[in-house]
Amino acid sequence: MNILESFNYWIVMALMMCGLYIMIAQGNLIKKIVGLTIFQTSVFIFYISMAKVTGATAPIIKEGLELYSNPLPHVLILTAIVVGISTTALALALVIRIRQAYGTIEEDEIRAKDRLE
Amino acid sequence: MSLAFIHISILCFLLVTVLAIVRMRDLLAVVMLLSIYSLLSACFFVVMDAVDVAFTEAAVGIGISTLLLLSTLALTKRFERPHRTEPVLALFLVLTTGALLVYGTLQMPPFGSASAPAHQHVAAYYIEQSFLDTGIANMVTSVLASYRGYDTLGELMVIFTAGIGVLALLELKTDTKVSRKTEIPAPMAAHHILRIVSKMLIPFILMFALYVQFHGDFGPGGGFQAGVIFSSAIVLYTMVFGLDAALKVISFAWLRFFAALGGLVFGATGVLALVSGKNFLDYHALAEDPIRAQHLGVLLVEVGVGITVAAVIILVFMSFTRQMAENGKA
Repeated sequence: MNILESFNYWIVMALMMCGLYIMIAQGNLIKKIVGLTIFQTSVFIFYISMAKVTGATAPIIKEGLELYSNPLPHVLILTAIVVGISTTALALALVIRIRQAYGTIEEDEIRAKDRLE
Repeated sequence: MSLAFIHISILCFLLVTVLAIVRMRDLLAVVMLLSIYSLLSACFFVVMDAVDVAFTEAAVGIGISTLLLLSTLALTKRFERPHRTEPVLALFLVLTTGALLVYGTLQMPPFGSASAPAHQHVAAYYIEQSFLDTGIANMVTSVLASYRGYDTLGELMVIFTAGIGVLALLELKTDTKVSRKTEIPAPMAAHHILRIVSKMLIPFILMFALYVQFHGDFGPGGGFQAGVIFSSAIVLYTMVFGLDAALKVISFAWLRFFAALGGLVFGATGVLALVSGKNFLDYHALAEDPIRAQHLGVLLVEVGVGITVAAVIILVFMSFTRQMAENGKA
């Protein structure tokens, strides 16, 4: 059972590192935003995993139920998801503007154009 | 045991999807895979008892975020340029960080244990007392709108600011009719099935959004989810019937007004409590009976959240669509 105890956390770390890798190593700006989204969602999965209590149920009061999962991480992540989409939208708007100004969304091409000026 | 099996397979699927995203060069495929990733994580949240979170992730991650990414792709280009060199340094950095993080998890309390520190502090209080304090069955709603209302106000302001940022970047003119002579085409209006089915669906989506909004006290739901669902109905209308038709329903000026109005309703509720001599966002100032006061406060605040979220998302989507129309003309 030892593996099951931390399995969630390891998968989360793997997902997080994949997101980070995309953000560092890949030059396309849209791909970078996708990497950021993956990173973000992996944090959500991490929080929600920590909120789970074995044998518990969703945190909505009902008679006859005693054990509930922790509602606090749910609240934090619920708002974080909606905040996340607004910031993603802002990032995408920036990408659109960069494309209009530079004609490309590849990082190194943008840098090369900047150097020429 | 079967539940453990489901949750482990979902996690494995998540990992496979993400590895595919890392390898892909076709950005359209990447966006579709990201949508699948969101769907899987929404399923995972259901298994983890986080029904409200799953609801939000389903509406936001699968619907809105995919649409925005696709619009951006339409405005840029579909294929990523192939890399020339393998980024060894990045790989090394990521592997080292990952190894350190995994080392950190070795000290963590085992998954699902009820004695973990995360469940000891205020969470225990919320579970025991929230129903007695507020009379709201859904603990997520009572914590979100009542105990941590101040946080939620801040988050709502972040969403509002992001909306303003998008508007500032994509330069909207107030009067869209004058600045543009040609009609923006609605490519999907030619499809009869799409048009008729979406026309039939939209009232139900709007109704469902209102249900989610006002049923959040008793079951999964609330302002954030309702706002996203409400906006998805308008987004569907915009996609099928074109931006011009949608602007006849609600103009940019009104959307901007509503985006600000939601935050104002939330803030005004807080100030109302302040004026009555209580603390900011202390709903007990709103009525004599504490349970009634809490219900009223949560209702007002959730309506504020719903209005702003819906308006900002519609505003962002319409700005993107307008950019596409302008681009197509140029």
